[in-house]
Amino acid sequence: MKRLPCLVVALAGALGAVAAGAGEAYCTWQADNYAIDAPLCGLSGNPERGRVLAYERKKGNCLACHTLPIPEEQFHGNIGPDLAGVGTRYNAGQLRLRLVDMKVINPVTLMPGFYKNPDQLSRVSKEFQGKTPLTAQEIEDVVAYLETLQ
Amino acid sequence: MKPDTTKTVMLLLLAVLFVTPPVAGAEPKSGYEYLQLESREMQDDDFMNPGMSAVESGAALFRSAGKNGKSCASCHGDDGEKLDTGNIAKYPVFSDSLGKPVTLQQQIHTCWTENLNNEPMKYDSSGALDLEVFVRNLARGEKVNVQTDGPLQPFWEQGKEIYHTRAGQLDMSCNLCHVNYAGMKIRANTLSQGQSNGFPAYRLKNGKINGLHSRFNGCYAQFRAEKLEPGSADFVALEVYVNSRGNGLEIETPGVRF
Repeated sequence: MKRLPCLVVALAGALGAVAAGAGEAYCTWQADNYAIDAPLCGLSGNPERGRVLAYERKKGNCLACHTLPIPEEQFHGNIGPDLAGVGTRYNAGQLRLRLVDMKVINPVTLMPGFYKNPDQLSRVSKEFQGKTPLTAQEIEDVVAYLETLQ
Repeated sequence: MKPDTTKTVMLLLLAVLFVTPPVAGAEPKSGYEYLQLESREMQDDDFMNPGMSAVESGAALFRSAGKNGKSCASCHGDDGEKLDTGNIAKYPVFSDSLGKPVTLQQQIHTCWTENLNNEPMKYDSSGALDLEVFVRNLARGEKVNVQTDGPLQPFWEQGKEIYHTRAGQLDMSCNLCHVNYAGMKIRANTLSQGQSNGFPAYRLKNGKINGLHSRFNGCYAQFRAEKLEPGSADFVALEVYVNSRGNGLEIETPGVRF
């Protein structure tokens, strides 16, 4: 993994370093004008992997709430907006913020922050403590996939 | 239609639009309403409803002699006919002696241990649930009627707070799904209002009777949050709030739920 100077290891008292995903450190991000323009940790995404992450139930699980052009999967949710053509409505930076922490845009959203700072969560079960639902690489993969939805 | 009539109709429509309150505080709707037809039919027919076996097991416990030779039936009648079903619909109720609310299961358990000298049972264990199902089933058709003011008010407020507090890695709270999105689809499942009037309920998902507190923990597991202890003060307060959301709904125990 490419390590950048901006990479921040958050210390949570005696808990020590906060690990995001599989042992990687949490990369801080900056939202400007309702977008995160810089790719997380400077990584680049792979749209094919992103498409798989979008329907894997233990990963993005986007289909729980959204309809997507993934016809081989049955039963798409309808809680969130239909994501067909979402790449024409938002650019990569806007999509990234929506995945990372939608609450920056809408504080009462139901959508989980897939790369929200784990320090800002409460009562996380042991198995998931200090981790984000998706890793920085996985966020970039899903952003790359959503950009292809034209 | 004459122009004058059309005008009157338009004005009436406008009046209705502006006078009708927003639908935010929707009418309570039982989880039954969100079930598919086959599941509703299963609940409607006592011979098909798998939850009815818990009513029978509960009845057997109700009539079984405790260590001191007494049974629940000694005071409340063989079929629980001396119990006040209107009172059952009020639980959780405020206990003056304890200075806090008690759930129906806790009240039954207090009789079980203190009046019959039986060994304690774990909250939401199968025996405790069978007894609760039996007793609540006696009140089937009674309207849920939980007090929200008076001595219960601070506990109702506490439950409301928990209901609206985000938790877990997915940072969610009860209201986000069950108030804001009831009726919408999560994959193939329809979100309900999360009403408790069918509980303890037989869930098709795990094929057994589920206590309300254990069901709360099922949601917490989904948002990857630490579970709370069934029977804990937090869950009792949450039950006060959740049951009160369904005030006016008929008790359906044992409901069939997804």
